[in-house]
Amino acid sequence: MDIFYPIKIVADFLTFTILNIQTETHIAHVVNFFIYDTIKILLLLVIIIFTISFVRTFIPAEKIRSILVRKNEFVGNILASLFGIITPFCTCSAIPLFLGFIQAGVPLGVTFSFLISSPMINEVALVLLLGMFGWKIALLYVITGLIIAILSGIIIGRLKPENLIEDFVFKQKISAHFEETKISVSKRAYFASEYTLGIIKKVWPYLLVGIGLGALIHGYVPASALTAIIGSSHWYSVPVAVIIGIPLYSNAAGIIPLVSVLLEKGVSVGTALAFMMSVTALSLPEFIILKKVMKTQLILIFAGIVATGIIATGYIFNIILS
Amino acid sequence: MKIQVLGSGCPTCKKMFELVQTTVRDMGITAEIEYISDIQKIVAMGLLQSPVLVINDKVVLVGATADMEKIKNIILQQSA
Repeated sequence: MDIFYPIKIVADFLTFTILNIQTETHIAHVVNFFIYDTIKILLLLVIIIFTISFVRTFIPAEKIRSILVRKNEFVGNILASLFGIITPFCTCSAIPLFLGFIQAGVPLGVTFSFLISSPMINEVALVLLLGMFGWKIALLYVITGLIIAILSGIIIGRLKPENLIEDFVFKQKISAHFEETKISVSKRAYFASEYTLGIIKKVWPYLLVGIGLGALIHGYVPASALTAIIGSSHWYSVPVAVIIGIPLYSNAAGIIPLVSVLLEKGVSVGTALAFMMSVTALSLPEFIILKKVMKTQLILIFAGIVATGIIATGYIFNIILS
Repeated sequence: MKIQVLGSGCPTCKKMFELVQTTVRDMGITAEIEYISDIQKIVAMGLLQSPVLVINDKVVLVGATADMEKIKNIILQQSA
């Protein structure tokens, strides 16, 4: 049985009984879809973000650093990418994170693995993938995201790009020492609920607009019309999806419900995954802020390697699943 | 009271600084408010996130986006 079935009952009740909309009409489809998706996504957001942010209180970034500092290539890249999953990412923290990791002695390639995985595999993206595409695609996203983060980090580390990093970065050395502080469970739960609320406050307008537009397409636009334009896999649909995704970071919450409807209408899975990854992992504001610590050339190498990984992922899934 | 907002120059950090300014004005207290964009300071404190709110040389908030109510509470706690 579908675990979201109770939500379906609530959505049906609201649409057909409370709002008294006649069944089997376009408007009924749109309203029913909108109510169902909104309740489902909000519920998933609360449960998953609370859980992840609760777990996170046990492993703050400072603790992750103290673990990574002793690790070599491979093990370091794998661990960094895994830790990136639970760490929230904010462009404002990109610089302190980068400086703090490098100056404490975390290898450059390992730092990059973390910088790639942390924004790409974030809880909001995860919730939306789970809610809109199901657990299989969500898992696929996490695994391929991890592989991209691990490999890109290893490649960047091997390129030895130290000369492309601003000199001041290496002038200071700091300690990676991490002092464990005792925090009560209720305080951890308080942190987690506050964080969850903050995220929902931030994303809900985008989410409603995204679900709303998705619902309209779902109800009114016939699949054949969309499939004719974007559905059929052109060779260029993956790179185009990746390029469109770069400037869209802040609106990820609204874009994904839209993509899910496009997927339902015939956009291929690989293209949708590549688009999602590009939205989260390749962010223009982050690139701009990184210029404070590294030369443009390194930012381009970084973006180029990650973009190549994402495009390859898109093609692979389009081929496997077609 | 000495209040410092340390940030990497990102919009969230600047917003935090402006929020602290309005909160202090709102509360009618006198405080010396400073915005520090030297990221090395954040890193040297052992922290990895920004913005950082420091009151009387004590770190009171890291990386979070706070609202006025929360900042008010923190200031009251620190001045008590």
